[in-house]
Amino acid sequence: MHALFTVFGKEFLENLRDRRTLLSALLFGPLFGPLLFGLMVSRMLNQSVVESDEPLRLILSGGELAPGLTRYLESQGVKLTLENLSETEARAAVHAGRAQVVLIIPKEFAARFIAATPAPVLLVADSTDSQTRKIADRARIILGGYASSIAQLRLQARGVNPLLAVPVAVNDVDVATPTGRAVVVLGFMTYFVLFAVLMGGLYLAIDSTAGERERGSLEALLSLPVPRSSLVGGKILATCAYMCISLALSLTAFVCVFRFVPLERLGMSANLNSGTALIFFAICLPFVPLGAALMTFVASFTRSYREAQTYLTAVLLVPTLPIAFASIYSLKTRSALMFIPSLSQHLLMTSVLKDEPIAALDVWVSAAASLAAALVLMVLTARHWRRETMLG
Amino acid sequence: MIEAENLSKRFGAVEAVRDVSFVARDGEITGILGANGAGKSTCLRMLYGVLTPDGGQARIDGMDIGGETSKARAHLGVLPHAAGLYGNLTARENIHYFGALQGVRSERLASRTAELVRILGMEGFIERRAKGFSQGQRIKTALARALIHDPGNIVLDEPTNGLDVMAIRNLREMLLALKAQGRCVLFSSHVMQEVAALCDRVVIIGHGRVLADATVQSIRERSGAPTLEEAFLQVLGDSAGVS
Repeated sequence: MHALFTVFGKEFLENLRDRRTLLSALLFGPLFGPLLFGLMVSRMLNQSVVESDEPLRLILSGGELAPGLTRYLESQGVKLTLENLSETEARAAVHAGRAQVVLIIPKEFAARFIAATPAPVLLVADSTDSQTRKIADRARIILGGYASSIAQLRLQARGVNPLLAVPVAVNDVDVATPTGRAVVVLGFMTYFVLFAVLMGGLYLAIDSTAGERERGSLEALLSLPVPRSSLVGGKILATCAYMCISLALSLTAFVCVFRFVPLERLGMSANLNSGTALIFFAICLPFVPLGAALMTFVASFTRSYREAQTYLTAVLLVPTLPIAFASIYSLKTRSALMFIPSLSQHLLMTSVLKDEPIAALDVWVSAAASLAAALVLMVLTARHWRRETMLG
Repeated sequence: MIEAENLSKRFGAVEAVRDVSFVARDGEITGILGANGAGKSTCLRMLYGVLTPDGGQARIDGMDIGGETSKARAHLGVLPHAAGLYGNLTARENIHYFGALQGVRSERLASRTAELVRILGMEGFIERRAKGFSQGQRIKTALARALIHDPGNIVLDEPTNGLDVMAIRNLREMLLALKAQGRCVLFSSHVMQEVAALCDRVVIIGHGRVLADATVQSIRERSGAPTLEEAFLQVLGDSAGVS
């Protein structure tokens, strides 16, 4: 036991002096997720502001032919720019991006309108551009409103109840709660948390195994009267320590980001404050030894720093697999899923975010399954270290 | 005392070491001489227990390294062929790490380190990080690391590799001092002059077998050759190239 803590102390201190470890464990790993997240959410926020708050802008050509329509559009708050464009000119302008959406009133409009036959208007837009498409959609809705109000007036003038023309009334009922809507966005936040855990231990796992071999200190270490399990245990424990630091930093950063990003303006609210961050920490804690053991195990088989780096970068993606499956099949929290590490942490954290109650049993099963997997990997690592091939 | 008894080891189809037996006694310097690839390192690795022999036994002060591994290793200081240091730790921290893992108590660790620093002349760099050490400084630190628990037996695998003349001289004095303290020193080399200058006994290994095991004096007498070099060459025949 004494040897285990000696190894732990040395690995912890040595890596504290290593710039590469510090950068990945204390800066890149924990901050990458929250920063990317903050950026994405504020970008989404800007877009939704464009959609709802900003007035609809249209270029109107031939407005003088339809004064009633023009007045209606203005009364709906549409900002009109009057220009005289032919259809070809309008197409070219939209195609080149000089104009977003152009509404053209053709010459025959007035005559058709008076004759009460469908009067054509042209809405020129590029549907491959998501911004323009949104504007065109809004314009279409307003035009539809104008059309139906005219239709009702015409029916009324002919002594027909206009309601006859409305056989079905559709009422939208959106059951999405503000928190629920946020979870779609927050779904991948849990991956960033697990990513931060693994990044925290990445370089230590490499340095304490492949690094030890590469710098030629391994043989001297192996010739000491210390059980190999103590060596492996101390190294994994040090990796765990760095992972915990990285996890704590990552959660702190997320709490800060959430404080500054006004999620409510997106119609969302997320249940992430310092209290929930502590719960997250507790949920992820059993994943830490698993990640550390997995990385140390994989790195123990590699001959050089570079080789270890290649394999461990792939390991960084391992926790995404169950999470990706979960979102493809939109899995809900179920006790059976608690046996799968990383997925169970993802589901539990998502539940906490949604402010749903979580079963104590689920938490225990999640922790036990992760710790059991960690134990198996530790035993396998120690067994590998007892082999002669360890010398390389 | 270090004893090798009928040690054998094969790696796949290659028989690296065949039936090697010899004894390295306390108060003597024993040299293992052989060409590159003759099986010296494999032999030594079995003696300090990182390789398990396919046959035979290695004993340190009478303890089987395979059976009483920890006890036997506590009596043994090892300077492996690749004696890398931890670059982010100072020389002192490197030494203390191994001392702590050897179970040396912290008060003893401090006094023993001070002693080794004095003997090895490490005052100039003991508090410096090992990253930029010269080969000589590195060997000194690695040697101090191997001696921190005051072992009665010392195994060194090609310790002079890559050292300049001054550093080799220093190392030679170190080994003679260890011998004078009554310790058992066993080292391997492929440089004949080195072995001749230092050793009381020589074990010559070629193709994984012991070709000769005798005192330097007796090898010379037996062969009747005028110089040591010729005596060695007679023993080796043309079976192994020694520089």
